Amino acid sequence: MKLRTPILALCLMALASVAQAADPNLARNLAATCANCHGTNGNAVKGAGLDSLSGLEKGKILQKIADYKSGDKPASIMHQISKGYTDAQMDMIAGYFAAQK
Amino acid sequence: MMLMKRREFLKVGAAAGAMSALYGCAGGGKAGGHVVVVGGGYGGATVAKYLRMWSEGSVQVTLIERNPTFISCPISNLVIGGTKTMEDITVSYEGLKSKWGVRVVQDEVLAVDAEKKSISLKAGGAMSYDRLVLSPGIDFMFDQIPGLNNADAQNKILHAWKAGSQTIALRKQLEAMKDGGTYAIAIPKAPYRCPPGPYERACLVANYFKQAKPKSKVVILDANEDVMSKKGLFMKAWADLYKGTLEYRNNSEVKDVDVASNTAILEFDKFKADVLNVIPPHRAGAIAAQSGVKLINNRWVDVNWLSMESTSTPGVHVLGDAIFPAPTMPKSGHMANQHGKLAAAAILNLLGGQAPSDQPLVMNTCYSFVDAKNAVHVSSVHTYDAATKTMQPVKGAGGVSAARNEIEGKVALGWAKNIWADMLT
Repeated sequence: MKLRTPILALCLMALASVAQAADPNLARNLAATCANCHGTNGNAVKGAGLDSLSGLEKGKILQKIADYKSGDKPASIMHQISKGYTDAQMDMIAGYFAAQK
Repeated sequence: MMLMKRREFLKVGAAAGAMSALYGCAGGGKAGGHVVVVGGGYGGATVAKYLRMWSEGSVQVTLIERNPTFISCPISNLVIGGTKTMEDITVSYEGLKSKWGVRVVQDEVLAVDAEKKSISLKAGGAMSYDRLVLSPGIDFMFDQIPGLNNADAQNKILHAWKAGSQTIALRKQLEAMKDGGTYAIAIPKAPYRCPPGPYERACLVANYFKQAKPKSKVVILDANEDVMSKKGLFMKAWADLYKGTLEYRNNSEVKDVDVASNTAILEFDKFKADVLNVIPPHRAGAIAAQSGVKLINNRWVDVNWLSMESTSTPGVHVLGDAIFPAPTMPKSGHMANQHGKLAAAAILNLLGGQAPSDQPLVMNTCYSFVDAKNAVHVSSVHTYDAATKTMQPVKGAGGVSAARNEIEGKVALGWAKNIWADMLT
């Protein structure tokens, strides 16, 4: 029991300092929101008809998204979903998928 | 033997938890500890896998699920409509065990002791946790429909709003119905699980009747004022495909049933059907209320959207259909999967002594079939808003299909394969 107080204090200090910095897992977490359709870490189920994003070049992913957002590339759903993410978020997501195997 | 194994396992988990309490808070420490997940549906299976994957195995995860296999609610309307089988919507928990090292226990949680961080199991014994995730789905409020408040009535007037034996039973009732009969589906007031689901089911039963029992009728008794999801797309399908077969009635709340005559009793009216499919109002699965977490309207769990943690009970996270939804957020399997990832990330931060991310984002995609091949979707993206302390829909994002189409019918089945893999393999 005696140990608890200093540990708690340390934890609170740590939490306070961490809260200032951006979460290092933000890109991973954002990319995971795509996995329902595009597979865990961007590895879509083969033959299921949805695009794998894993290992694609970052610039190509970003171009695709930009084309969906602008309407240059026709889509059934991605033109709507892509507008829910900021450019900065899409940059992180594309970088994350590009780094996957 | 099983008990010994469990104890050994828990010892390891508890030791890891103590280690993380000592060292984890210094910042950047690897998360450790034991997380117990209750319920292996879209939310629970996802959080279990992602905790193991993202912690690279350093967090122990036990998933407690009463059923031997996962059976999907999404796509189950195609089983009821006769174009898919139960096998098509059933997935094993084997991948979670062998590939991800989740300890899957087929059992039922009877009680949560949040003070002692312990749960008790139906098969006997207790299990301790560092963090608990409840993903219990829904339970039905049969007391709201007195005639349905007994087992015999529930075996005759089905909901089929949890996939499994009721899915098969409803299909059998439709197959046994004479041509010229009437199928009625009763929708409760929102919020309920899967807003477009009842309208999809009505379409797929009408599609079956058109082909096999052309003199039969489908009637939707909707407690709501209007079609709750994809209104224009469903109304167009009803007009184009099912004119004369399908009838929609709004403001038609079922208050009671007469089981002997298969009659739905509305406020000012009665409706007798050959196959009566009543979806009763629902609330968070019973274990949520038992655990003592704060409920809103005595029905849905109030959560902190940065972590999916109960606002009242530290260490207990709640996912999926059981929670009080954020504005315009649907109760869907897709959304429960997203809750699972949000919770997994937050729990790993917390076990490692770090605050959860302050900018979570979740998104939803929901396909509905209007016949065996054509589907329509609704999509949305939701981000955390610090001012209102909830998730708010991103303006200008999301929407519905331009028109029903076969491409989205194929994508819908591809969606199912991918999301099942994302949570279970």
